[in-house]
Amino acid sequence: MAENIKLQVMRGDASGAKMVTYEVPPVPGMVVLDALHYIQANIDSTLACRWNCKAAKCGSCSAEINGKPSLLCKSRVDTFGGGPIEVGPLRTFPLIKDLVTDVSWNFRVSRKIPSLTLAPDAPNPLIMHQIDVDRIQEFRKCIECFLCQDVCHVLRDHDRKDGFFGPRQMIKLASLDMHPYDDVNRREQLKGEGGIGYCNITKCCTEVCPEHIHITDNGIIPMKERVVDDYFDPIKKLINIVVEKKKPLRPGGAPPASTSGGAVKSVK
Amino acid sequence: MENYETFESDVLVIGAGGAGLRAVISAREAGLSVRVVCKSLLGKAHTVMAEGGVAASFGNMSGEPDDWKVHFIDTMKGGQFLNNWRTAEVFAKEAPERVLELERYGAVFDRTPEGKIAQRPFGGHTYRRLNHVGDRTGLELIRTMQDKAVSTGMDCHMEVTLTKLLKASDGSVVGAFGYYRDTGKFVVFRAKAVVVATGGWGRMFRVTSNSWESTGDGLMMAYEAGAELLDMEMIQFHPTGMVYPSGMSGILITEGVRGEGGVLRNSKGERFMFNPDYMQELYKGQFAETEEEGFRWLEDKKNNRRPPELLPRDVVARAIYREVQAGRGSEHGGVYLDVTSRGEAYIKRKLPSMYEQFHALGDIDITKQPMEVFPTIHYTMGGIWADPETCATTIPGLYAAGECAAGLHGANRLGGNSLSDILVFGKRAGDGAVIYARKTNALGNFDAAQIAEEIDVLLSPINSKGTENPYHITRELQEAMQKGAMIAREEKGLTEALNSILALQERAKNLHVSGDRAYNPGWHTARDIRYMLKTSEIIVRCALQRKESRGAQWRLDFPDKDPSFWGKHNLISKKDGASVSIEPRPLPEMPAELAALFEKK
Repeated sequence: MAENIKLQVMRGDASGAKMVTYEVPPVPGMVVLDALHYIQANIDSTLACRWNCKAAKCGSCSAEINGKPSLLCKSRVDTFGGGPIEVGPLRTFPLIKDLVTDVSWNFRVSRKIPSLTLAPDAPNPLIMHQIDVDRIQEFRKCIECFLCQDVCHVLRDHDRKDGFFGPRQMIKLASLDMHPYDDVNRREQLKGEGGIGYCNITKCCTEVCPEHIHITDNGIIPMKERVVDDYFDPIKKLINIVVEKKKPLRPGGAPPASTSGGAVKSVK
Repeated sequence: MENYETFESDVLVIGAGGAGLRAVISAREAGLSVRVVCKSLLGKAHTVMAEGGVAASFGNMSGEPDDWKVHFIDTMKGGQFLNNWRTAEVFAKEAPERVLELERYGAVFDRTPEGKIAQRPFGGHTYRRLNHVGDRTGLELIRTMQDKAVSTGMDCHMEVTLTKLLKASDGSVVGAFGYYRDTGKFVVFRAKAVVVATGGWGRMFRVTSNSWESTGDGLMMAYEAGAELLDMEMIQFHPTGMVYPSGMSGILITEGVRGEGGVLRNSKGERFMFNPDYMQELYKGQFAETEEEGFRWLEDKKNNRRPPELLPRDVVARAIYREVQAGRGSEHGGVYLDVTSRGEAYIKRKLPSMYEQFHALGDIDITKQPMEVFPTIHYTMGGIWADPETCATTIPGLYAAGECAAGLHGANRLGGNSLSDILVFGKRAGDGAVIYARKTNALGNFDAAQIAEEIDVLLSPINSKGTENPYHITRELQEAMQKGAMIAREEKGLTEALNSILALQERAKNLHVSGDRAYNPGWHTARDIRYMLKTSEIIVRCALQRKESRGAQWRLDFPDKDPSFWGKHNLISKKDGASVSIEPRPLPEMPAELAALFEKK
């Protein structure tokens, strides 16, 4: 039998947490999530972590392994070369318990972004060519694991959740802005409450993306350019004053509230 | 009794997968207040794992005269005629409209050269019919529905487990009770109408493509409330689950791999699906009979027939099982699925997440090496009987849609039909709930004793001095089901499985978990096992009762179809005191004009 795997797992809640060491027998192809499930079933059933698909498709099991934001289900235990495997929660979001954090802020931000709003003259069915949707489809691969939100220093180190929507929402807005039939002015929101100006292109988000989306190069940078074109290019500004805009853009805004308040609640 | 929070709305939707969210959209667009409750975070429901595509008969691919009638025929044949004909008719007719609507909500499908939605071939579908986005169609669907539903202003309660439907004295459902997963505090949702869209129950088996959520909560809540269930023995074994590395066993490999040219081979290198023994009467003459024709079909679909790897899932799963039983299996006990002939660029474009899955998890490059596959538990065709028009169950105020509901798929579901199922019947359930809620003047009252009783049950594993570990009971249940109720069934094995389940039910009265109620997976598992055990009992009892082989139900001791009796009946199980009562029920007869569609073929 191969040697047991040693894991150190952060245990605790907002009142205090510490690393606890566990030993787990290895299985071929074992991922860190499997090791945590072994601990739950055989050592301590109170160990809390989120998961769903165990196939890197849902983005539930986000955590930090040896300090790196990672999916627990996509991190093989045999890739750590027998060295330490330290598993902790996402640091950018408030700790609920053990590896579970309160990521509800991301859902509240999503609520501020109007869904696709078709131009009145959009045909039915829509005609779109692959070349028109290639760029959008890259962004729509996002599984909302929020690892990019976790690693983003604007959110992580400066805690500017009040000023910046974060990389995940930047590519969401980019996918809407690049949609051939979307009729909402996405750049206004990007420049305003979205806070695209906060991003200084360190590309950490791209590095941790499990879907390999080029968040910065293909999403944020082109959107920064579009915002600059629209709002800061002096010649374009002049043209905009003189010539009427080619298509009227609806301002973005919060979606309608439900009669009962309209909130995405994390557990409270 | 402990205090609990109470929320009110016109409509309560339980489950935030595709069906639940589509019901939400319907009810919100009708102007009603809606609350949706999900066990996970929003957007993580099982819908996200669907890969291949959503079936709808556009006929967008050149030279393919597809229409709802062909889709209807394929669905009924795939289900071995155990489907409810009206459910299948409504489904085939409305699927295209729902897919176009999804596109207008924001879904971005792969395109044809003409700019239409691209469609791919899939098992059991006569024409290329699966509208897709690479191999991540489910993600596209759920994210689109999530964004749309959020924009309608629904209230979403994430990470809440509901465990009991609350009933008024007149027998109607007026709400649900459960707990917050993070704090363990109890919560009540009162509503005029309740939609159950809680998905399937594949966790009862050891090798499964299902997540922890698939424990049959909605099914059992409805059953306990008195709703009728249908065809519970019908559980789909997806032919191609991963077998290696063993830590990955059960994880799904999309049928899209075969649709895009992947072939199945045994250890002797034979494409065993061409073995005439595996061909069913129903499909004779419709599939390629030589490997050459199969290869030609990849480039010229008009003049060649599909390769037999694209037979319906039940047929392919059995063939794989037989190959392995006959000693022609792969190194790790499966068979080989090989798509390398399609080349690296094509595979990476059409099957990107399969490439990534094997590359990251198994060190296997599917552009250069075959995969090893074996059937994995995938989908539950049976479930809560839902009326095709409104998705009403047999309990007033209760509606069911999606995988937890029954009627559409019969004895076997065709790939791609689940995603259109949740769109079509998610909408119908939402519409049905709206009509019912509008007729209902006020929120119904319920006897609080129902809650007190449920609280006692939920807290017993924490308060009791029991000795049983819920994880171990779960494991033993999964082993018992895997051994006795898997793909090849017979009386002896099923009876053994039933005895094991009944013994585990007794032991489960003696559960104990440590810790408190705050985000405690042990406590959550203790709760889940109760419904998993009951669901398993019903599955096995139904499988014992159906003495024939049809679709997903393969009885070694009754290897043939029994057209005279079982071909005309499905099984229904309903509550009769504490014990399960099961009886055959005649299938409604298809009207002449639909029946005529099958004669022409």
